Amino acid sequence: MRRLCTCHYDYNIKDFQQFHDEDTYVLDFIQLIVSGIANGCVYGLIALGFVLIYKATEAVNFAQGDFMMLGAFLTVGFANQQFFGLSFWLAVPLAIVVLALISGAFDATVLRRMAGESQVSVVILTIALGFILRFAAGTIWGHEPVSLETPFAGADVRLGGVVLGVDEIATILVTLLLTALLYLFFSKTKLGLAMQAASQNMLAAYYMGVPVKRVQTLVWMLSGAVAAVAGVLFAARGAIDPSAGLLGIKAFAAAAIGGFGSLPGAFVGGLIVGVIEPLAARYGPAGVAQIAPYAILLLVLAFKPGGLFSQTQAKKV
Amino acid sequence: MSGLVLNGITKRFGGLTAVDTVTFTVEPGEVFALVGPNGAGKSTVFNVISRFYTPEEGTASFDGEDLLAHPAHDIAGLGIARTFQNIELFEQATVLQNLLVGRHRHRKTNVLSDLFHLPSVRRDERAHRAAVEDVIDFLDLQPHRDRPIAGLPYGVRKVVELGRALATQPRLLLLDEPASGLSVEETQDMAFWIEDIAKQMGITVLMVEHDMGLVSAVANRVMALADGRELATGTAAEVQSHPAVIEAYLGTGNVRKVAG
Amino acid sequence: MRTLFKTNYDTDIDWFSHPAKLGWYLVLLAAFLALPLYFFWQNDTYLLGEVTSVFIFAIAGLGLMMLTGQTGLASLGHAAFMAIGCYANVLLLNAGVPWLIAFPLAGLIAGALGTFIAMPVMRLHGVYLALATLALSVLMVDFIVLGEDFTGGVAGISVPDISLFGFTVNRYANPYAFYYVVLGVCLITVAFYRNIVRSPTGRSFAAIRDSEISARAMGVDPAKTKALAFFLSCSIAGLAGALFGHNATYVTHETFDIVMSITLLLMIVIGGLGTIHGAFLGAIVVGLIPVIIANARTWLSTSFDITGNIPGIEQAIFAAILIGFILFEPMGLYGRWMKIRTWFDLFPFYRKGLFARQKSYLKTERVQ
Repeated sequence: MRRLCTCHYDYNIKDFQQFHDEDTYVLDFIQLIVSGIANGCVYGLIALGFVLIYKATEAVNFAQGDFMMLGAFLTVGFANQQFFGLSFWLAVPLAIVVLALISGAFDATVLRRMAGESQVSVVILTIALGFILRFAAGTIWGHEPVSLETPFAGADVRLGGVVLGVDEIATILVTLLLTALLYLFFSKTKLGLAMQAASQNMLAAYYMGVPVKRVQTLVWMLSGAVAAVAGVLFAARGAIDPSAGLLGIKAFAAAAIGGFGSLPGAFVGGLIVGVIEPLAARYGPAGVAQIAPYAILLLVLAFKPGGLFSQTQAKKV
Repeated sequence: MSGLVLNGITKRFGGLTAVDTVTFTVEPGEVFALVGPNGAGKSTVFNVISRFYTPEEGTASFDGEDLLAHPAHDIAGLGIARTFQNIELFEQATVLQNLLVGRHRHRKTNVLSDLFHLPSVRRDERAHRAAVEDVIDFLDLQPHRDRPIAGLPYGVRKVVELGRALATQPRLLLLDEPASGLSVEETQDMAFWIEDIAKQMGITVLMVEHDMGLVSAVANRVMALADGRELATGTAAEVQSHPAVIEAYLGTGNVRKVAG
Repeated sequence: MRTLFKTNYDTDIDWFSHPAKLGWYLVLLAAFLALPLYFFWQNDTYLLGEVTSVFIFAIAGLGLMMLTGQTGLASLGHAAFMAIGCYANVLLLNAGVPWLIAFPLAGLIAGALGTFIAMPVMRLHGVYLALATLALSVLMVDFIVLGEDFTGGVAGISVPDISLFGFTVNRYANPYAFYYVVLGVCLITVAFYRNIVRSPTGRSFAAIRDSEISARAMGVDPAKTKALAFFLSCSIAGLAGALFGHNATYVTHETFDIVMSITLLLMIVIGGLGTIHGAFLGAIVVGLIPVIIANARTWLSTSFDITGNIPGIEQAIFAAILIGFILFEPMGLYGRWMKIRTWFDLFPFYRKGLFARQKSYLKTERVQ
């Protein structure tokens, strides 16, 4: 049981520490922030996956980080030269579809039996799934970190003295777009509303003609797709290995900071965690960067138990 | 001042005023019923008394004790016990254990004596058990004593909830829709028990109920509520024939028939 | 089938409701007491060590069971509280405090500190609490690194030997004595646990677990009760942590990590939530899996010439077992055992639906 703990789910932080002295203090700060935002976007996307599932099924998927890892590896498998070597633009949609199918299949075969069981059982189930996914990925793709070969690798844009990686810009744009789309989907479309109804009173939703089971499977597929996108963005900016799924824990902090039921909350929570980390690493005492996301999580939970965008209220009697 | 005294209780949820300046007194030994259409604020009144809600305005006292000065978990200690509209039992425990939780307010041991199971713990446990057995005898729960709640039929659960409230040996009993979902026979049993509780045990009863048959059978006084406001108070017959009550039930498109 | 005629209330209060039950547990105890003789005869101290760690895990499991099984509060951070117990024990021993005082004190410190740390997040429910405790567990690892001066940090710290009545007990030098120390702690823990469960304290825990709202209506103070559950749970976990330290003889910041926290929770679910047996059965499964896999590996390499270490296989097998249990036997191993026993009791009248649970539907706790 020891092996897992040696994971290092924060190698992106090293990026921030490479540049120093050549630019002014302010530029340095801006770049730190932008990288933090890009990192936060990945957290936010994973958190978005949690929130999707939580919103629609009130289950919490502890394997979301591992889904992200799997999505990254699938894309690597399709795109990288040493594996299939497909075009990047073909590999990404392929990975999204495959992961959506895997995620949906997990719901249809396993979670469907858990209707009405306690949340904690589902939590444990998804933790177990995470172990299995990690094992599967390690067996198929090995345990060495690999990077995704992207068309925009290394390309950057200069704005004044600030150097922005194309990958960073792409990450931020994709995340913004996805959050907005999902937000509109949940608040405006019939299917989105049906998904929410299914979670708030399953039996009543059945009676109202909502095909609850199918809706839940769809949500899982959707969150699988989001995880795949997160995986692509993550692997494009750094290396991926099977234990990268433990990044999910930070994404949890992000989701809980935002309030578990809120899509914009997940995004904001992700940004907070993403930006705080490099800032704490740069300006805070040693070790604080590690602690910061969790310390913030505990603070938010202690003072605002439902998260910043709280939806939870006391149960009615 | 004895009995339960509510004065000008107002409870709002956002823009909605669930209970609007409700004032009433429940005299000791009385059976007092709150009736009214769904959403009239009856359960909200209950939740104010048991301190799950804090009212924006008004005062509430029981036997001279200011209820609003106490948190929810003190209320049982003041001698007020309640049941819930949608049964809230301890699902994974047995009937006996559920009733024993009702004895919590009479607990004299602490965690240290519990840890070592001192003789005082055993003595207390026997006493609690004896008190609970009285309730079991009263409500005919013997066949279900060692069964977990999770497997019990609805009607029995309702009785267990009543039993758990009785096990606290309250002076005031709050019954939230004691007959909802019960069969005709079960409702009759419930009526007998409520009468016995009031007359033989001398426990004051405040109940919320839709079944006007049960209300007219057991209640000394009835208060009708609609949209959080008092419509009328009096005997069951008086309230039922009150024009404002008939208006509230039939006039606003709420087609619940006033039985009884 | 044995029908129990209860003649007084004490039958329901006693540890053993029936003399035959007492008899079986005495046999079990005798077996545990005699177990080292077998290993002594076989001269197999490795397996004895494995059995000892199973007991240590069972104690930790009992700690978490008090919180999760009895009070319904899921913690994904119990390794953190074990860590507190372990380091407190080491520091006290290094300061010259005798083991007989240092060890229980370490438990109390873990209980007090654990409760204090968990206080802000105690009012959280279900998943939020699980997340908050998970964060605690992650933070604890970092704090151990930061508190290098006391904990040894990344370099680690070595755990002194137990000295008991003039004897020195070391896990390697005297494995048999260490086994009995662990067994003794285990028995005392079980006795305390059983006493709590049958008392008003235990019932207030169950009340909080099953319905916080009606627990409040019955006069149970949720904040106090949860704090108490945390205290007892963390104390037991702390004792287990201290023993774990003695068993490992050397601990670092990686000893008590998230994986151990998660393993503990998974363990008690496999064993059966809310039962003492469950903690032991779960610990046996967790303890056995590595042994079985090691044996399977040897067998594979000798019979099929398949060599090489497949990383993560232990967790994967563990996870697969777990998924199987949650889907098909949510009451855990102890639930399975109860069914088998009932089958024999009722033979030939056992029917499939006997333990069927009511179908329930998800209803939100969110109010819009």
